[in-house]
Amino acid sequence: MGMKYTEEDLKEELKTKEYEFGFTTDIESDRAPNGINEDIIRFISAKKEEPEWLLEYRLNALKVWQKMVEPEWAHVTYEKPKFQDISYYSAPKKKKELKSLDEVDPEILKTMARLGISLEEQKKLTGVAVDFVIDSVSVATSFKEKLGELGIIFCSFSEAVKEHPELVQKYLGTVVPTGDNFYAALNSAVFSDGSFCYIPKGVRCPMELSTYFRINDSGTGQFERTLVIADEGSYVSYLEGCTAPQRDENQLHAAVVELIALDNAEIKYSTVQNWYPGDKNGKGGVFNFVTKRGICYKNSKISWTQVETGSAITWKYPSCILKGDNSIGEFYSVAVTNNYQMADTGTKMIHIGKNTKSTIISKGISAGNSHNSYRGLVKIGKGATNARNFSQCDSLLMTDRCGAHTYPYIECENSTAQLEHEATTSKIGEDQVFYCKQRGISEERAISLIVNGYAKEVLNKLPMEFAVEAQKLLEISLENSVG
Amino acid sequence: MSKTIINIKNLHASVDGKAILKGINLEVKAGEVHAIMGPNGSGKSTLSSVLAGREEFEVTDGEVDYLGLDLLELEPEERAWEGLFLAFQYPVEIPGVSNMNFLKTALAEKAKHKGLEPVSSKDFLKLVKEKSQLVELSDKLKNRSVNEGFSGGEKKRNEIFQMAMLEPKLSILDETDSGLDIDALRIVANGVNTLKNAENATIVITHYQRLLDYIIPDFVHVLHDGKIIKTGDKTLALELEERGYDWLVKDLV
Repeated sequence: MGMKYTEEDLKEELKTKEYEFGFTTDIESDRAPNGINEDIIRFISAKKEEPEWLLEYRLNALKVWQKMVEPEWAHVTYEKPKFQDISYYSAPKKKKELKSLDEVDPEILKTMARLGISLEEQKKLTGVAVDFVIDSVSVATSFKEKLGELGIIFCSFSEAVKEHPELVQKYLGTVVPTGDNFYAALNSAVFSDGSFCYIPKGVRCPMELSTYFRINDSGTGQFERTLVIADEGSYVSYLEGCTAPQRDENQLHAAVVELIALDNAEIKYSTVQNWYPGDKNGKGGVFNFVTKRGICYKNSKISWTQVETGSAITWKYPSCILKGDNSIGEFYSVAVTNNYQMADTGTKMIHIGKNTKSTIISKGISAGNSHNSYRGLVKIGKGATNARNFSQCDSLLMTDRCGAHTYPYIECENSTAQLEHEATTSKIGEDQVFYCKQRGISEERAISLIVNGYAKEVLNKLPMEFAVEAQKLLEISLENSVG
Repeated sequence: MSKTIINIKNLHASVDGKAILKGINLEVKAGEVHAIMGPNGSGKSTLSSVLAGREEFEVTDGEVDYLGLDLLELEPEERAWEGLFLAFQYPVEIPGVSNMNFLKTALAEKAKHKGLEPVSSKDFLKLVKEKSQLVELSDKLKNRSVNEGFSGGEKKRNEIFQMAMLEPKLSILDETDSGLDIDALRIVANGVNTLKNAENATIVITHYQRLLDYIIPDFVHVLHDGKIIKTGDKTLALELEERGYDWLVKDLV
């Protein structure tokens, strides 16, 4: 029935073919031509039907970016991306709006299933509201109504620009200014989409808010922009996880995440990151240059927890500006590198207010020929009376060929501060592995047990369902890695 | 005739090119307890390591039949699945991994490779309750990370607890008495004796006769310079306690 090939079909097909060969400057196009200049910025902004102020924001960022140079201080080496060879915008092929998760592409569901979390399960078991970012455009948002009743806004960034421009305009770029660093400036010029979240005064968000990212289209840079605002006395736990399918060429990923915790608010931000790390010989893999920062006002708290297993290059320092008195910043991190991966990650805790407290627990795991660096700054400002920091940076080496590096910086301008720093480096014990084997635990399981034990302090900070996924990731990332 | 659990023939092994075991012959049958004694450096711990399959030891000659299997061809974990258990002289600490999770994983892996259903959580807990009483292991210790922060005695009791959970065919106790006070020694020995039956066997490696007051051996072997130089019954142990090892060594010359 209805399978007859008609003239209409032919027309349709020709249209699609045309599409395929690309009239890419056409506003109807799904993909921007390669390169970055004022026209491209205007294209992106027009494509997204953005207000004038946002176009101006982007154009200004482009100007700032063009005057900056790519930083070289991190302990990573890579061939610098050719910024003019990247397409800065791509949307998924024409898709109708999805009302229910059942309408989601089965391919996406498959990727989710590989992570051990299917959408059905999520919906049923965990009550997590999921907002997908597939190649920069959100295609599914759920639990919106329920959140809406509480006045919580959780949507794609583009949607927020349309529906809540006053909030976006008020807070965008206030924590990570345009000129903060090279990648942040680039992101500010070309960001495609991302997530937006606002929790109203006194509201405790009843569920974990969750966003899954993945990269789809070959040669498309990802420039996510995330803004989370917790109004006075509110609470939110936000989960971010990403997977990228295998690919050969390097992919640039330069996200910016800004968190704002107003007086007495609390934000818990958890990430599991497993972008494609490249193959065994170090070919391919995602370049992950991320700027994540939060600002704490009076009595508020921001807690970053991250499990980083992916990307060829990771450059990431989730930080807290402890501006308000009695505010608290926390950073819990497990970073795994294998094969030829390189990670330079850590945090900055900037103490400005009185009685501010920060905790840093960093667990690096290096395998293969990889390099894993912790880089952190604890800064105590003049007015930060009675500030306290505890830092613990542990490194676990799986082979003789990998490297672990620690670069802790401290700047203290107030003598009442109390700072503690602990650091250890250990090699995974052959004795431990043998002990497990003697009890009948195979080497692979033994390593996963030992590594998960080592990372437990951090994994415990993750929401339950995320912790399970993270454990699996550690296991997969470290297969056959002792030697 | 009871069945042979392990039969070691002319076993030679070296570490870093240095010969340590120089022709061990030993047959252990079901229901038997064998004690291996000897001075420091005689090769006692090397023997247990080689039997358990530690990689840094190279077997240069000889063969070991274990329940009809060529033991030396098996990976350490395969030996464990076949019921070989080594109570370590120095039990290893694994921070962040609870004792319970560790044992549950061990049991699950064994079941998997034996093609059996994994033990249910309910049965597992029942088993834990039953077996931990054997060595008077407290709930607190059961739930702590494997051996982390355990005293010397607690570590050894934990080894016997694991042994009880895994129900081995052949248990090798490597200097289990070292570092134990008399009460702990009694608890450990009581555990071992309770687990002993007509189907399994035990090799007790020890420096001192003391443990053998509690775990009565059927045979006592004296190891010297990588060879068993004398075999006797439990009275040999008492004789060694009294006279030391020198008289035996002199006899050799």
